[in-house]
Amino acid sequence: MEDNILLRVENLKKYFPVKRGIFSRVAGYIQAVDGVSFFLRGGEILGLVGESGCGKTTLGRVVLRLLPATEGEVYFEGTNLMKLSSEKLRSARRHMQIIFQDPFASLNPRMNIENLIGEPLLIHGVASGKEKEKRVCFLLEKVGLEPGYRKRFPHEFSGGQRQRIGIARALALDPKLIVCDEPVSALDVAIQAQIINLLEDLQAEFGFSYLFIAHDLSVIKHITDRVAVMYLGKIVELAETDELYLNPLHPYTEALLSAVPVPDPTLERKRIILEGDVPSPINPPSGCRFRTRCVYAGEICKMEEPLLKEMGKAHEVACHFPERR
Amino acid sequence: MRQQDELITAETSQTMRLWITFRKNKTAMAGGVIAIIIILIALFAKWLAPYDPLIQNPYNRLTGSSSEHILGTDDFGRDVLSRIIWGSRVSLVIGISSVLLGMVAGTTLGMIAGYFRGKIETVIMRTVDVLMCFPDLILAIAVTASLGSNLINLIITIGIVMTPRFARLSHGSMLSLKENEFVIAAQALGAKTPRIIIRHIFPNLFGELLVAGTLWVGVAIRLEANLAFIGLGVQPPTPTWGNMIREGINVLINAPWVSIFSGLSILITILSFNMLGDGIRDITDPRLRGE
Repeated sequence: MEDNILLRVENLKKYFPVKRGIFSRVAGYIQAVDGVSFFLRGGEILGLVGESGCGKTTLGRVVLRLLPATEGEVYFEGTNLMKLSSEKLRSARRHMQIIFQDPFASLNPRMNIENLIGEPLLIHGVASGKEKEKRVCFLLEKVGLEPGYRKRFPHEFSGGQRQRIGIARALALDPKLIVCDEPVSALDVAIQAQIINLLEDLQAEFGFSYLFIAHDLSVIKHITDRVAVMYLGKIVELAETDELYLNPLHPYTEALLSAVPVPDPTLERKRIILEGDVPSPINPPSGCRFRTRCVYAGEICKMEEPLLKEMGKAHEVACHFPERR
Repeated sequence: MRQQDELITAETSQTMRLWITFRKNKTAMAGGVIAIIIILIALFAKWLAPYDPLIQNPYNRLTGSSSEHILGTDDFGRDVLSRIIWGSRVSLVIGISSVLLGMVAGTTLGMIAGYFRGKIETVIMRTVDVLMCFPDLILAIAVTASLGSNLINLIITIGIVMTPRFARLSHGSMLSLKENEFVIAAQALGAKTPRIIIRHIFPNLFGELLVAGTLWVGVAIRLEANLAFIGLGVQPPTPTWGNMIREGINVLINAPWVSIFSGLSILITILSFNMLGDGIRDITDPRLRGE
């Protein structure tokens, strides 16, 4: 077993019941996260990519136990979060934080900036009064905002500034893990770069780990150490970032990468256009979940579900024919 | 519109902005001013009323408007104007306190139901549904009949009628507010449930409660008058507007002023609270503010 493992997720599942009829009969389950395992080292940035609706956000929330898991374990510094009492879980929360996608929805409009950023300090009894104010000013400077703004309300800030406030709030307690739930996808491109650089600088300074959820592959490539690719609630490929971008083994990853826009109009590329839609997570395809849209799919893909297997260089892939291209 | 834009700058506080929009809303301003005047009349009834509202004068019954009795006298020779001025106290006290009572009880129940869901939600909200099946007046009659009618019991009665309305309103808002990311953010920070409800959810619900509360003060005042009219209100000889309408009915042909002026008082009061409530709703809804 490797040491310096901050977070270990084992066979995590999250099913949402689908209720029908007047008696709320359970008609089926949305398999939002279906048996996901991975680990995250201290100080590492793990990217999580996949298209809309593949369960990225749900996974991020279940890992922090903001949603109860259906099955599976999450070990944070060796303690199983899923087994903690609610009181113990609350105190464990100071070590793991989350940054949300929508900076307009994630800040309480009725609280000023000082109270928003200072709230975690109050909750965990870390600081109050003058000390809290000092810490808030320090955090505001860290995220590139004027400390003099601390009495203002969220509606007086732009999207990028609000996201900085959200980051300052996540930093307040010196966490070890921050789940970034698409932290830049609601911002425009120029601001995206600023926020990404800020997140990188902060990580270099404080040394925490990110679980970085995104659907923008160029953002992921820029910031992460390792990447996990998700499709319909399952991780289909997991590798070091450079290795994955150079040598994608799963056909889904290959298709995703071929869709990344390159700012060069003369460049001729082979684009893989995926046919059809993502199948319903209520009734996913048998065997390999990607087979309905896969160009390489064969008989076995219908019968048997491919498991993640090591292909060397810590490169794992869940495909029956990773060598077919 | 342009002029308003000049007034509002980035430095203007939120309260100031609301006040500026409020001032521009003529209906709301009129409603607010009338409501304040009525409240002042009720507070200073002792000094404003020209006569004691209870003193009877058998030699001076049912006189029309005169220099001594501007709105005439009733069947017992009591000054109608004085009785209307004193009657405003009962209407306002019952109207406002019963709405406050219903707001506290209903909002608590509705928020609990909406936050915790499950069985407790079913129990609370289905009870609310049952209570809301009855027309306000029927429910009020049933409760007063079992409690007996005095001022406190009337407040409780109308408070009970108001409770399900507030419960349903706050339940609905709670369901949507608790899915907000800032609530999830508070959970992620490790905040306890009471803190989440009080600091994060309630302040965002308060505007809606204020609007509904103001509008429903009118409903409560009308309900009080209805109960008094059918003899279940504060018992005579205490002057209340509902009582006065009822007393005036017997002499309506000969002395219509007894009923008419108390009826008008009820009308103006309810109207002012409705205008005020509507106005507050308009200014707190940014889509209607035209920004």
